[in-house]
Amino acid sequence: MKAPNKARGRAAGKERVLRDGPGLTGPELADRLEATWSRPKDLFGWLGTVDHKEIGRRYIITALVFLALGGLLALHMRLQLMFPDNDMMGPGLFNETFTMHGTTMMFLFAVPVMQGVQIYLTPIMIGTRAMAFPRLTAFSFYMYLFGGLFLWTAHFLRFGPDNGWFSYVPLAGPEYGIGKRADVWAQTVTFTEVAALAVAVTLVATILKQRAPGMTLARMPIFVWATLVTSLMVIFSMPAVALVSSLLLSDRLVGTQFFNPAEHGDPLLWQHLFWFFGHPEVYIIFLPATGFVSEIVSTFSRRSLFGYPIVVLSLISTGILAFGLWVHHMFATGLPRVGYSFYTAASMAVSIPTGLQIFCWIATIWDGRPRLQVPMLYVVAFIVTFVIGGLSGVMIAAVPLDLQLHDTYFIVAHFHYVLIGGSVFPLLGAITYWYPKFTGRLMSERLGKISFWTIFLGFQLAFFPMHIAGLMGMPRRVYTYPAGMGLEIPNLLSSIGSGVVAVAVLLFVVNMVMSFAGGRRAGPDPWDAPSLEWATDSPPPWYNFAHIPVVDSRTPLWDARGKFPVVHGLRVDDRELLLTSVISAAPDVREPSAVPSVWPFVAAVAVAITFISSVFSPWGLVFGAVPAGIALIAWFWPKTPGPAPEPQIT
Amino acid sequence: MIGPPKFARDLSELPDHAFSHRSLTWWGVIGFMVIEGTAFALAVAAYFFLMSQEQHWAPPPIRPPGLIAGSLFTLVLLLSEIPNTMVKRAADAMDVEGVRRLLPWMVAIGAPLLVLRGFEFNSLNVLWYSNAYGSIIWALLLMHTTHIGTDWVDTAVLWLLVRTPHGESPRRLVDTDENALYWRFVWLTWIPIYLLIYWVPRLFR
Repeated sequence: MKAPNKARGRAAGKERVLRDGPGLTGPELADRLEATWSRPKDLFGWLGTVDHKEIGRRYIITALVFLALGGLLALHMRLQLMFPDNDMMGPGLFNETFTMHGTTMMFLFAVPVMQGVQIYLTPIMIGTRAMAFPRLTAFSFYMYLFGGLFLWTAHFLRFGPDNGWFSYVPLAGPEYGIGKRADVWAQTVTFTEVAALAVAVTLVATILKQRAPGMTLARMPIFVWATLVTSLMVIFSMPAVALVSSLLLSDRLVGTQFFNPAEHGDPLLWQHLFWFFGHPEVYIIFLPATGFVSEIVSTFSRRSLFGYPIVVLSLISTGILAFGLWVHHMFATGLPRVGYSFYTAASMAVSIPTGLQIFCWIATIWDGRPRLQVPMLYVVAFIVTFVIGGLSGVMIAAVPLDLQLHDTYFIVAHFHYVLIGGSVFPLLGAITYWYPKFTGRLMSERLGKISFWTIFLGFQLAFFPMHIAGLMGMPRRVYTYPAGMGLEIPNLLSSIGSGVVAVAVLLFVVNMVMSFAGGRRAGPDPWDAPSLEWATDSPPPWYNFAHIPVVDSRTPLWDARGKFPVVHGLRVDDRELLLTSVISAAPDVREPSAVPSVWPFVAAVAVAITFISSVFSPWGLVFGAVPAGIALIAWFWPKTPGPAPEPQIT
Repeated sequence: MIGPPKFARDLSELPDHAFSHRSLTWWGVIGFMVIEGTAFALAVAAYFFLMSQEQHWAPPPIRPPGLIAGSLFTLVLLLSEIPNTMVKRAADAMDVEGVRRLLPWMVAIGAPLLVLRGFEFNSLNVLWYSNAYGSIIWALLLMHTTHIGTDWVDTAVLWLLVRTPHGESPRRLVDTDENALYWRFVWLTWIPIYLLIYWVPRLFR
């Protein structure tokens, strides 16, 4: 984070500093920048990479692996529920399976995959060469990876969590949550919170300080706005779950009484703190997806986004309102009347900004010249599915109905409509859209359309019947149900639908793999898109841009006629970033950027040992802090013999 | 890159370091302050939530925490802002020697603070496992102790670093400046926690 630069020392003896500009451009500049910004090809270089594209790619691939694992758990559950009175799974294994499914999908897939895409795209969308704190970004990935491995190792060793993804006390507390299952859940959450918070701080700093000259806040791509808002939401919401999971661990490990009513603690304290995080979490997953949609809609309608200020204000107001809704998850716990009214009103109000965004997308499509290619198909599927999920959300914002439907399959249907329809569909569209940027090749349009229709129809088949099952009174989280209650047909349809979704996801992955090997080669801008990431090569070089671009509109690529305006004068022999002012993005400072280092990896290993050992003994935290501290100091400490002043141009 | 570049402006004259909100370090420090501040605010919310479960706070027969160690700690912590401001000003003025001279004072202050903190734990008059009141009091004090401890190590490392030739790099002065900013956050967060641990249990008894 505060790393010095090896190259500074190297440059000290030279007479003049190499800078990009009219005298140094083209292939020679590319070679020199490549030498400065690439990493060693050995194992240490691989572990120590600070390149946002590499880290973003690792995030995305890891998250997709966890998506597959979470999906397998879902298939297992649907097989169990396919027929009444099925005894393929017992209740204990079923509990563990739905807990692992929810925890994996929320903490190891949904948030990390969005942050992975944000890490990859943000610097190239705003025209900079690296993230603000590249080593912190690398550290965050390893924390996330180790957290996921920890959870799944526990699952394979048969002590995976089994209290549901929100791990309510007293079930997860010391009185009932015997063994280490609930501790594993709590510490997995800690891993992912550390990772998500580190990424959020990095993204905020990158967006506010590293935008290309001229990219004022009012010219930022909508996806970058969505990233800024969600990162701020992460910063304000995730401390809640970090705090509450620590309180749970301390109740379980050292006998504190936070949630024990016998000693005047309160289980509802858990629910308040958890949902203060948990509700914004939904929007942390959803808002980046709306950012994808805005970018895709604009490109494929060949028109700048209709109502840009409205969309930005919608993102911001959703981000704020999301913090005023958490109690609607607790309607069934009993609240004061005024509490019911307030949280019902707030829950309904949050649909207004999202509705405005949807109208802006429709207006953009209406007024543009839409091309119905695969990314755009996912947008249409998103709008349809999300509107259904949003409306069932408004239904259960009403307390009387919520009390009736609480903890039934209606809720399961609702949040899968919102999360898969609102987030996974746009994500699949986004992967298809940016795949040429990630790999240099386009995905197959034909296979893409087949997998699109399979997943869209399979999804409706899997999840729509759950509304019916819920209205008929089927509670969620039951491992089986008796025959003769009318639940057979909806459950059978859901199970068949989940199989169709699995086939569709497989087709999507096959398309990714086949296109990676033999897809049509994409130039820098295969979609004729307007934003900066399409100005550089596909995939982008280590340094992203040979010269830092200048922006004077919201659609710079559409407005650049012939020559592309750039600034110059950054060091070429050293990793240097251009910092600009927060609002108007005026050039301000040149700051060095960290070189690759293996210490973030070592620090993550040390912190992981600390966290995992603390599941078994509180002393793990005390003794683990020492190696973690040493690794962090080594990370910070400059590795060159001494500082070198910047050489002067002679 | 699509299209040939049109060179608009030469930026080689821009400075290669800056203080405060012009530097990335400042934004990183502010980001982590907001995260920690949110965690403290939520812990305070949990304090009042648990307080609402009790008729009396501190619940009898538990006596409120003894005042001496905590108040002495508060006094030393507030006084530490004097050398802290001096360090910050020296860093802002690019006075390397001043920073090298003053930082050891900030390191030295950490020791009595941690000793006093030990006495504070001893004067709470309740154990963390006794009841929810004890749990939240201990949690607040422990959270802030982590704060003091980590910043103490941080400052010590920075002091060792500025004693080397690396200390002459303007970047290390920016680090010193931000470290001093963080120390302000450490004592600012302490004030409400001090009131919650030591005074609210007296007022609502």
